[in-house]
Amino acid sequence: MRRPTGADSLLIIVPAYNEEGAVGEVVCEIRQVMPETPVLVIDDCSSDCTAVVARMAGADVLSLPHHLGLGGCVQAGYRLAYELGYQYVIRVDGDGQHDPRDLPAIFRALRESGCEMVIGSRFLDGEENHTSFLRGLGIRFFRLVLRPILGKPVRDPTSGFVGVNRAALEVFSRSFPLEYPEIEALVVLQRKAFRFVEVPCRVRPRRAGRSSITAVKSFYYIIHVLLGVFVNVLKYEGWRPRRR
Amino acid sequence: MDRLLNVVALLSAGLIVVVLASLRRAHIRVEYSVSWLAAGVCLLVFSRAEGTLIWLAGVLGLAEPPLALLFISFSVFLLVFYRFSMIISELKDANIALTQRVAILQYELQSLHEKGQAEKAG
Repeated sequence: MRRPTGADSLLIIVPAYNEEGAVGEVVCEIRQVMPETPVLVIDDCSSDCTAVVARMAGADVLSLPHHLGLGGCVQAGYRLAYELGYQYVIRVDGDGQHDPRDLPAIFRALRESGCEMVIGSRFLDGEENHTSFLRGLGIRFFRLVLRPILGKPVRDPTSGFVGVNRAALEVFSRSFPLEYPEIEALVVLQRKAFRFVEVPCRVRPRRAGRSSITAVKSFYYIIHVLLGVFVNVLKYEGWRPRRR
Repeated sequence: MDRLLNVVALLSAGLIVVVLASLRRAHIRVEYSVSWLAAGVCLLVFSRAEGTLIWLAGVLGLAEPPLALLFISFSVFLLVFYRFSMIISELKDANIALTQRVAILQYELQSLHEKGQAEKAG
């Protein structure tokens, strides 16, 4: 991968686990939209040909020797991006649900808003029918939980289509939630008194594979995330001088 | 009560012997055996101190002194499990950091290798 040059260097990371059916197309689409931007697929020790397919599509591949789960996988990408010196990183999931045509808008918001994190939100257009009933209920619940903690409403707290700047990258390369990281990551940023903004984005059905969150796991998800949010609230560091 | 105390004493002694044997065969590391040995010694001591159990049962408001022994056993093993949860969490964090570091080093090595080959070819 090229070393980043310039003040606006961007890396697109694609966490993928057993996504050989989708990751190639995802990488191709990203390269069509942003041909000059390097794409890094983080292969979470897949048992299929995810890494090969991603390489053939033109991505660099960071292969984890053990399966770490989504949080560990994404954090590995953040760590590498931070160590290489990138200023911005945008995460696109390897299952094809995120539409790469929204990447320029997220990148623009990252550069122009001054916020540490930009979330590609499915619900800013007012439509709530992008997700199943149960998941929609969960999203509404977490909106309510997060509203007083974050000090502002967040429409799509479970979105994985996020961009971060170098300040957030530094934090995430050191500390990032391991399981179901999206909601907790917001609170991790909040405890540093960082800011976020949402931009509208499109979602599509998965190209291949199945979601890792089943009905039974949903209950574990809610308890796990609530506990993670609570712990991060306890660690609030907003009153300390900000490290830049 | 005597029979129960004798059984607990035997089990505690058994636990100590098993842990020491595991240590000798290197099935368990010294630092992780300390909790189990402490638990074994603690239960052994209390099972031989009937007067202390009766006093403790009175302090805790328990009708039967054997319940005090159960209470002690429960507390001791709760502490041991908590300590191991902490150790497992630390190990998991270390494993994740190591896995990520190995992946990054492997990636950088591969990049250097490809760069070297390109320079050779050029």
